[in-house]
Amino acid sequence: MSPKIILFLFAFIVWCLFSWVPDGAHLLGGIVVALIVAFMMGDLVIQRPHLMLHPGRYVNFIFLYVPVFLWEVLKANIDVAYRVVHPELPINPGIVKVKTSLQSDIALTLLANSITLTPGTMSVDIDKDKSVLYIHWIDVRSSDIEAATRIIVERFEKTLRKIFEEGNKE
Amino acid sequence: MSQTLGLIFIIIGLAFDVFGCLGLVRLPDVYNRLQAATKCVTMGTCSILFGTFLTVGFSAAGMKALMCIVFLVLTTPVAAHAIARGAHRSGVALWRSSVVDQYAEDREGEN
Amino acid sequence: MKRTRWVIGSIFLTGLVIGIIVYPLPFLFFQELPHLPFLGRALYILLLAAAMCLYRINRGPTSADRIVAVDILGILIVGFCAILSISTGRSWYMDIGIAWALQSFIGTLALAKYLEKKGFEE
Repeated sequence: MSPKIILFLFAFIVWCLFSWVPDGAHLLGGIVVALIVAFMMGDLVIQRPHLMLHPGRYVNFIFLYVPVFLWEVLKANIDVAYRVVHPELPINPGIVKVKTSLQSDIALTLLANSITLTPGTMSVDIDKDKSVLYIHWIDVRSSDIEAATRIIVERFEKTLRKIFEEGNKE
Repeated sequence: MSQTLGLIFIIIGLAFDVFGCLGLVRLPDVYNRLQAATKCVTMGTCSILFGTFLTVGFSAAGMKALMCIVFLVLTTPVAAHAIARGAHRSGVALWRSSVVDQYAEDREGEN
Repeated sequence: MKRTRWVIGSIFLTGLVIGIIVYPLPFLFFQELPHLPFLGRALYILLLAAAMCLYRINRGPTSADRIVAVDILGILIVGFCAILSISTGRSWYMDIGIAWALQSFIGTLALAKYLEKKGFEE
C-alpha cells in the first residue's frame, strides 16, 4: 500500500468523525478534500508505510501503551495537586539528562509527550545526534544519567520500541 | 446513568483545572509553572470533554469532543516543550534553589 | 509569614468556591436539562481558574510566564465551550472549541519561536 492511500483513508475517517452523522453531501465533500490532502501531503506525513500493516503493533499500542499512559497521567495529576496545595511547596527542581535508544521521529515525539504528561517530569530539549533528552524534573532524585534514565524513560521505551521501530517484528 | 457519570467526570475536570491554575499562581519559576499547569489543565479539560461526550452521547457534539481530546493530548505537550526550550534559550534562569542544570552545562560547551 | 499567607489564601479561595456553589448567578440556558444549575456553577468555577491565569498574565516577571498563561487560558476556553455546548444544546459551540484549540496551539508555537530567537523587551 502506498502512503497516499493510507493518508486518504485516515483523512476520510477524520472528516467523517467531524461531520457526524455523515450523509451524502458530506461524504462527497470528504472524498474530494481527502483526495487533495493525500496527493499533496502523502509522502511527507507517512514515511514508512510497510510498518502500518502489522496488526500486532496496533494491539500493542492499545493494550500496552494506552493503559500505562492513562494510569501515569492520573498519578501525575494527583502528585501535582498535592505539591500545589501543600503550604511548604515541596519541590526540588532541576534539569537532568537522560539517554534514549529510540531512532524514529514519531517514537521520539511520543516519548517526549509521554514524559511531559507523567509525574514530575517535562521534556525541555531533544538532541537527536547524541540521542539525549533534557528533562526538567520537579523533584530531582538523582542527577546521575544512568539512574535518571532508569527512573524516567524505561517505563515507555520498551513499549514504544515494540510499536514504532523496525528491528524486532512480532 | 451516563448523565450522572458525565457529571462526575466534569466535576473531576473542574477540580484539576482549578489546581492547575493555582499552580500557575503559586509555583516559583517558569518551568515549574509550566509543568503544573500543563499536566493539570490538559487532564482537566480532557475530563470535561469526556464528560460532555458521556452526557450528549454519540451526537455531533459528542464526536467532536472525542476528536478534541485526541487533539489536545497530542498538541499541549508540544506547546509546553516549545515554550520551555524558548525560555531556556532566551536566558530565563531557573529558580534559585534548583539542584542541577545539565542543559546549561552542555550548551556552555557548544558555544 | 509564608504559613500566614497560605492560610489567608486558602480561606479566600474556599470562600469563593463555596460562594459560587451556594449563590450562583444566572447564565445562558436554552435547554431543559435536569442538571442545569450545576452547569452554571461549573462555568463560574472555570471563570475563577481563568481569573488566576489573568493574574499571572498581569504579574508575570518575564514574558515567558505570560506566554504560559496565555496558552493555559486557551485550553481553559475549550472546556468552557464544551460546557456551553451541553447547557445550550447547540453543537456548534464544540466547533468553536476545536478551532480555538488549533489557533491557540499555533499561536503559542509562534510566540515560543520568537522568544527563542530574539527575546522580548520587558
